[in-house]
Amino acid sequence: MIAHDNEPRLMKGNEALAEAALRAGLQAYFGYPITPQSEVLEYLAAEGAGRGCIVLQAESELAAINMIFGASGAGARVMTSSSSPGISLMQEGLSYMASAQLPCLVVNVNRGGPGLGTIQPAQGDYFQATKGGGHGDYHLIVLAPSTVQEMADMVFEGFRLAESYRNPAMILADGALGQMMEKVILPKQGSLPIVPRPWATTGKPPTRERNIITSLFIQPEKMEQVNLILQEKYRRLQGEAQFEVLETDDAEILLVAYGLSARICQKAIELARVKGIKTGLLRPKTLYPFPSTALAERAETVEAILTVEMNAGQMVEDVKLAVNGRRPVQFFGRMGGMIPSPEEVLNQIEALAQGVALEAERS
Amino acid sequence: MNGSHEIVIAGFGGQGVLSLGQIIAYAAMIEGKEVSWMPSYGPEMRGGTANCIVIVSPARISSPIITRFDSAIVLNQPSMEKFESAVKPGGLLLYEASTVLHPPTRTDIDILSVEALKEANKLMKKQVANMILLGSFLSRKPIIEVANVLSALKKVLPERHHHLLPLNAKALEIGIALGSAVAVEQNQ
Repeated sequence: MIAHDNEPRLMKGNEALAEAALRAGLQAYFGYPITPQSEVLEYLAAEGAGRGCIVLQAESELAAINMIFGASGAGARVMTSSSSPGISLMQEGLSYMASAQLPCLVVNVNRGGPGLGTIQPAQGDYFQATKGGGHGDYHLIVLAPSTVQEMADMVFEGFRLAESYRNPAMILADGALGQMMEKVILPKQGSLPIVPRPWATTGKPPTRERNIITSLFIQPEKMEQVNLILQEKYRRLQGEAQFEVLETDDAEILLVAYGLSARICQKAIELARVKGIKTGLLRPKTLYPFPSTALAERAETVEAILTVEMNAGQMVEDVKLAVNGRRPVQFFGRMGGMIPSPEEVLNQIEALAQGVALEAERS
Repeated sequence: MNGSHEIVIAGFGGQGVLSLGQIIAYAAMIEGKEVSWMPSYGPEMRGGTANCIVIVSPARISSPIITRFDSAIVLNQPSMEKFESAVKPGGLLLYEASTVLHPPTRTDIDILSVEALKEANKLMKKQVANMILLGSFLSRKPIIEVANVLSALKKVLPERHHHLLPLNAKALEIGIALGSAVAVEQNQ
């Protein structure tokens, strides 16, 4: 368990995340400014040097991710952060790091897209984050905070998972979580242990063979072996799936949502329950691994499922795979930086509840 | 939700709209409450309109972004046009008198107009108009203790501005007096 401060602080999500990274023993940060995540770089630039962290504004996101590759290979605890267009620029490096099995933490404070898009909050990068993003058969470990508290806590969890599994991890937030202030109780400095890195390229002692970090395996037999190792790792990772359920015990309608959408759904559930519609929420805290088993179990106990996202419908595909036809799965979303209102979600819940009632009458 | 209060504060950038929201959030946190402060952060902030949503609650806060409010504190005409209709029936609409050209017309809410800028100018510091409005707000909706607002100010104001704390306390008092002087008029 990670120890926490006694006193709460009022902080922006971006600042809480940056402070948590320093407390987690961050040794190097390379990044490039972009709204709505620039406070991460600003905070670390002001605070990092005095606290044992190298902070460097790279000339581009492409440079930043390759600096991360190098520093991680040398055994450092490393992080970068950006927002959607900048994360796209990092995909080549992330594929290389996944292949070379290098741990790092990447923060995506998701904004509206596609393209240069808008600076308003969105969840349009779900596919990119959870399905690989770069080329080849790989996955990032993806965590989805929904409070400023989790913006801090998931930094510790992200480093733990990245380093235990030697795999890049991502915190997939959004512009609202980065910019909003909430009460946060920060994890304590030094409470995250350093995982030994016998594989790091820190200079060859006479006692062992030289360490090689590469993603180039030119013989297909070797490349397939690397892939098998990765796939075995992803299978082990499934045990790390995390989620939260709210008011599901008596729920007839189950909402599935992550991040800010899950907060909006909580409000919609409050409104729905006032109207007597028994509604609950399953909130994935990890998007990869996805909490499929938990969702399949809950699906058995409800009448209908509604996935709510700030995109055109991405996680809903994983929800449908998990539910596997046991129940109807509906989707509601807004795109391009527009945020669904609790009332809009309530309308969807009411329509679903009517459908469920009609179905009951017929049978 | 029971005991929670949902507020929008809106005006021009530079009027202290965002910091007013932060002070409320900070004071409520000192009292052990759950708080969220969600700013508008679009290009609209640069010289245009700025707003923030503050939620104070004894329990976990669901959505930090909402469209209906228990109270609105309005500091310009565009914000009045945007938020008059967003106040819940029976809620409070508090506004700075000189910056709003067309007064609100709803009859199902408590409408309170305060000459905050004029009073702030009397104190030779127009920047404390937001604290006058906060005082008036608290006279109607005592959701946080005045003493905790002063503690919050100490935290939110950078150290180099701490000599202004007594002036802010004075502004808060003036605002409370202005708010208390007007009876709640509400046809429901």
